[in-house]
Amino acid sequence: MPSDRPGANLPPLSLYVPEPRFRPGDTVDFTEVVLPPAGQARRPDTAEPAHAFTDLAYDLVRVLDTDGQAVGPWNPRLSPDTLRDMLRSMVTVRAFDERMFRAQRQGKTSFYMKCTGEEAVAVSAAFALDRDDMCFPSYRQQGLLVARGWSLVDMMNQIYSNKGDRLQGKQLPIMYSVRDASFFSISGNLTTQYPQAVGWAMASAAKGDTRIAAAWCGEGSTAEGDFHSACTFASVYRAPVIFNVVNNQWAISSFSGFAGAEATTFAARAIGYGIAGLRVDGNDALAVYAATAWAAERARTNQGPTLIEHFTYRVEGHSTSDDPGQYRSAGEASAWPLGDPVTRLKDHLIAIDEWDEDRHIAQDKEIAEMVRAAQKEAEANGILGHGLHQPLDTLFDGVFEEMPWHLREQQAQMIAEETASGRPWARK
Amino acid sequence: MTSMNMVQSLNSALDVMLERDPKVLIFGEDVGYFGGVFRVTDKLQQKHGLKRCFDAPISESGIIATAIGMGAYGLRPVPEIQFADYILPAFDQLVSEAARLRYRSGGEFWAPITVRSPYGGGIFGGQTHSQSPEAIFAHITGLKTVIPSNPYDAKGLLIASIECDDPVIFLEPKRLYNGPFDGRHEQQVKSWAGHPDADVPDGYYTVPLGKAAVVREGEAVTMLAYGTMVHVALAGIQDSGVDAELIDLRSIVPLDIDTIIESVKKTGRCVILHEASRYGGFGGELSALVQERCFHWLEAPVERVAGWDTPYPHAFEWDYFPGPKRVATALKKAMQD
Repeated sequence: MPSDRPGANLPPLSLYVPEPRFRPGDTVDFTEVVLPPAGQARRPDTAEPAHAFTDLAYDLVRVLDTDGQAVGPWNPRLSPDTLRDMLRSMVTVRAFDERMFRAQRQGKTSFYMKCTGEEAVAVSAAFALDRDDMCFPSYRQQGLLVARGWSLVDMMNQIYSNKGDRLQGKQLPIMYSVRDASFFSISGNLTTQYPQAVGWAMASAAKGDTRIAAAWCGEGSTAEGDFHSACTFASVYRAPVIFNVVNNQWAISSFSGFAGAEATTFAARAIGYGIAGLRVDGNDALAVYAATAWAAERARTNQGPTLIEHFTYRVEGHSTSDDPGQYRSAGEASAWPLGDPVTRLKDHLIAIDEWDEDRHIAQDKEIAEMVRAAQKEAEANGILGHGLHQPLDTLFDGVFEEMPWHLREQQAQMIAEETASGRPWARK
Repeated sequence: MTSMNMVQSLNSALDVMLERDPKVLIFGEDVGYFGGVFRVTDKLQQKHGLKRCFDAPISESGIIATAIGMGAYGLRPVPEIQFADYILPAFDQLVSEAARLRYRSGGEFWAPITVRSPYGGGIFGGQTHSQSPEAIFAHITGLKTVIPSNPYDAKGLLIASIECDDPVIFLEPKRLYNGPFDGRHEQQVKSWAGHPDADVPDGYYTVPLGKAAVVREGEAVTMLAYGTMVHVALAGIQDSGVDAELIDLRSIVPLDIDTIIESVKKTGRCVILHEASRYGGFGGELSALVQERCFHWLEAPVERVAGWDTPYPHAFEWDYFPGPKRVATALKKAMQD
């Protein structure tokens, strides 16, 4: 190599590959995680331009302090009844997750994904949005359905792919679709729902509607190209949409550094697009509520989109197919400095004298029983692989609005093959 | 009735639908104020307003994804992808989302979008302004793929596509925008003026999806083609002297299988023609369908004339483009076998 090449006297280049701080067996120490105290972050006017949010995009909006009190300008001042309803929804989500995780382990279904530790992210948002605001969730916002009062039996029917499944057994468990709860069909392809939410919001604006859209993805999925196109379109057309980035630190086995978290925050991404960006304590139900309500007001008043980063932690494995003990320290979840969202809301209600341990224990029992009863009802409709499915010929329904000849032919062929094999094709 | 070229007939279809259905909305790169790089959306923004026909960022995935979201809301978007060669950044949204939304949601949501895109070669477009991707979309369950070959069909098929509640990939043969092209590239360029299929009704009408057109009746061999190749096929038939029956498929999905079978059972022979490269092309599916359904009527192997299995070249345009000479050769071969 010629010695007069520019830079020839510099040390050799070196590729940087991020590594998480703790691996299996490591002692966890989160003291480096900077946590501004509750109540400190300013609450701007919704009319402020996007570039004015730089401080908030690196700060952390928190309402609940260490004594369980709600403090500061973001305190949404919710009534005790509303707080208890939120707590109840979060507890229900957790009980539902436990029950369905066990159902998968018992072989009653193929797959499940918990949202443990992230219950506030979806439940509080559902409380802050109107029921007919369209949600474009990822696969870890089951709390939206629970908080909107959707039937647990209906959700379980989907998980079991049984004869009560409105999706006719066509979708992987938890890929719900509930139009009646303004909950958009979940796709396995990550972040595709982000620009779709923008399109929905643009349509709402184009028609002079008052409804807004909200989308969720994990921090890992922000690396997808659709995240960029969604932010660009939302900014260009000032779409009435709320982007939620659930930063739970992990994308399966990859820590958030592989989505760029070592260089900046996810809320800060918004600023470059001209979108308001807020970074919120995702385990603080009141902070999530307040930020969502703020963003909803901004959207509803034609002031454009907001991106909210929910700083939280994925307590459990990615899915029933995942063992987090293979790639991260077992101590992380318990050491997580933002605590548990359910406990924090419970402690707040107790601190303001609107709840007590006995009531909480009684509620836990009551909800566990309710979920158990729902499970029993759903299982009467069948579990995966036990015959109580939708009639087999429905496999061809819904590919197109009307079935074209080639699908009709294949449907007839399948029925003929099933009949010839001695198995009844139309399982009732 | 007005004499229109294909650009004008497509523009008329969009104009009619914007007028007729408040849910219709058009957007894409350069389609708004400027009226599109091929003028298909000319004056639509001026006539129908900024909110019905507007420009989009240069992001194909963003264009298709937002169209899907608008469709889920209840609108009927007609997004444009400037060249079919550039539809691939939107492939995930088309395949994983638009095509499957109705199926995966148990019919709760669907994407009534019509993706317009100029396609095909014969214009010295090189590798990225000439491709014919119809076979890629034909393989995707849940998408319909439509390709017109003349101004009358273009308008009627586009209106039918926009009204269809399934996602439609509407491929416009840009070589035919201004006039019919039969592959005789050394001859002077023709305009649509005077062509019988250039007489286009000014108002609303449809040409149904899934219905082929018999362009030329014949007894000796069945020729299957679509888009620009319909005109090339006519020239090749003329050159060969073979009494071929020419079928313009018009829809790739759904396919008019009955018209195809009826013709091949009559002629006993079949030649398939498309611009797209041969291996894995839609001609393979057509050949298999004809062979499966007309086996006992076939007197010769099914022939395929297609683009070569190379990227679309620039300098060698007319060596790549399957012109009338190759069509005539294939027809004669089908008659001799």
